[in-house]
Amino acid sequence: MAAFPAVAQSEWTKIRSVRSTVWSLASVFLITVALGLAIGLVARNNSSDFTEDGGPFDATAISLIGVGFGRLAIVVFGVLAVGNEYSSGMIRVSLAAVPQRGTLLAAKVAVLGALALAASLVTVFVTFFVGQAALGGGLSTSLGAENVLRAVFGTALYLTLLCLLSAGVTVMVRHQILALAILVPFILLVSPLLSLVPVVKNWIKYFPDQTGGAITQVFPTDDLPYGPWTGLLICAAWTAAALVGGYLVLRRRDA
Amino acid sequence: MIELHHLTKRYGDKLAVDDLSFRIPEGVVTGFLGPNGAGKSTTMRMILDLDHPTSGEVTIGGKHYAGIRDPLRRIGALLEAKAVHPGRTAYDHLLWLAQSNRVPRARVDEVLDMVGLTAVARKRARGFSLGMGQRLGIASALLADPQTLMFDEPVNGLDPEGILWIRNLMKRLAAEGRTVFVSSHLMSEMALTADHLVVIGRGRLLADLSMAEFIKRNSRSSVRLRTPHQEQLLDALHGAGLTAEAGPDGSWEVVDGDPALLGDLAAAHGVTLHELSPQQASLEEAFMQMTAESVEYHMGAGAPEPPPVWGAGWNDREPGKES
Ligand SMILES: Nc1ncnc2c1ncn2[C@@H]1O[C@H](COP(=O)(O)OP(=O)(O)O)[C@@H](O)[C@H]1O
Ligand SMILES: [Mg+2]
Repeated sequence: MAAFPAVAQSEWTKIRSVRSTVWSLASVFLITVALGLAIGLVARNNSSDFTEDGGPFDATAISLIGVGFGRLAIVVFGVLAVGNEYSSGMIRVSLAAVPQRGTLLAAKVAVLGALALAASLVTVFVTFFVGQAALGGGLSTSLGAENVLRAVFGTALYLTLLCLLSAGVTVMVRHQILALAILVPFILLVSPLLSLVPVVKNWIKYFPDQTGGAITQVFPTDDLPYGPWTGLLICAAWTAAALVGGYLVLRRRDA
Repeated sequence: MIELHHLTKRYGDKLAVDDLSFRIPEGVVTGFLGPNGAGKSTTMRMILDLDHPTSGEVTIGGKHYAGIRDPLRRIGALLEAKAVHPGRTAYDHLLWLAQSNRVPRARVDEVLDMVGLTAVARKRARGFSLGMGQRLGIASALLADPQTLMFDEPVNGLDPEGILWIRNLMKRLAAEGRTVFVSSHLMSEMALTADHLVVIGRGRLLADLSMAEFIKRNSRSSVRLRTPHQEQLLDALHGAGLTAEAGPDGSWEVVDGDPALLGDLAAAHGVTLHELSPQQASLEEAFMQMTAESVEYHMGAGAPEPPPVWGAGWNDREPGKES
């Protein structure tokens, strides 16, 4: 069988040698930090506009507001990193080099996951500190405050899961544009809109973006039927399902 | 040794490969010949475990491809030109391939040099011409120095210089004792390079024989005769125990005839000849005849299938699949 470390090294070379994947990952950082800084500066002088009626001022959420867009960038990264094999017909070269489907996918997931986690951790912590500095002493919070470290760290885990989920969906549909056309509207539109529809809104709470999002909240909202870590686990289950689905497609279908 | 055992592949109701069994002889160039759509590419994809056979199997030294450790060291393949990410450099493309099969990095520079791409090694593949893409594909196939090489229509779309280069490369590889399995839909191409031939038509095996044997069997020669005195000519031939077949434009052809003897015969009977010309059927014609028969065979006893309309069937395959 193909040696896992060798295949993982080769997957790393694939990712780093294409500009689009490198840039999509870099933009996760740039978008999230830039928005955190901008919103922090605005909120510094208009804090009342950033407080829900009667609610507390959530300095963590304000600094991490860019994650809403950063997660799209990490979805794009996850899709491109595996999907560009399909658009170029390279998947046949990859499978001829590593015909053991499980090894190939596992190596991809390991490299992608490690990169996404590293990039997400750097992104969320830098964003948090930049955001707090922008807010200034009167409004800012610290990692020592209740739930803050969990929310910041959890955001990085959430982003990593979204990336792997996207990769799994892409391997299932075997087409990067199609994968983006499913994932991006789903996160931007379908999930937020459906969660306003009374009949389905209790179901929507179990969608991957919603369950994973629970861990990013410092001040828990009571309308979620699960805690932050349980939510993250549900999100991880979605991710695992997408990857298993991808594996089955990769094994069964002709390349 | 690569062996195909009753290999069959069905796409929906299209039978692309039909009960194909043969083995690829080692240390020589084997031409894999068949008209477009005969099932050559499908067969090659099944050898590499890319497509799953509907039934039957391929074994490589007794194993399935997917059971081989570092398979690029056993078989190097060029399936389609430009199966390279357009945004990746030639060097990086070969590097990830090398890493996946634990081939030393220095080998990347070696094969780039062998195919003459050193100067553009750091250029992204998007700017490559078809010929450069083909060379990069061949570099990938040679990368892990495999004993067996497989090329799917490697000269398609190349300029004469590129065609010559590929031809020489295949001869060189065979001279090194390697096994080369190369597909083509052109007999003339194979006649120049192959030692052995496997011919398929509509997914079925039509011939599996050495090139020498194919030439011996199929290079039919005949003498064409044309005369205003048809009756006398036929009588003279009949009298000499020769049979003539009707040729084009009222001419007659004597298979394996000797021009000198036929000329003497005509003179002896006072038959005026307007043409006396030796004819040599080309291997291309022999190949076309062989595959045309396969069409009739499949059509049963009825008339031969009408020729396909140009462009017909252009969309009867999955997107992203090259035929
Ligand atoms: N993925 C596919 N889906 C459906 N039909 C296919 C597919 N691949 C090949 N075919 C069909 O199978 C037949 C054999 O194709 P192919 O192996 O590409 O022939 P060749 O390489 O000899 O030209 C053709 O009729 C082709 O249209
Ligand atoms: Mg073909």
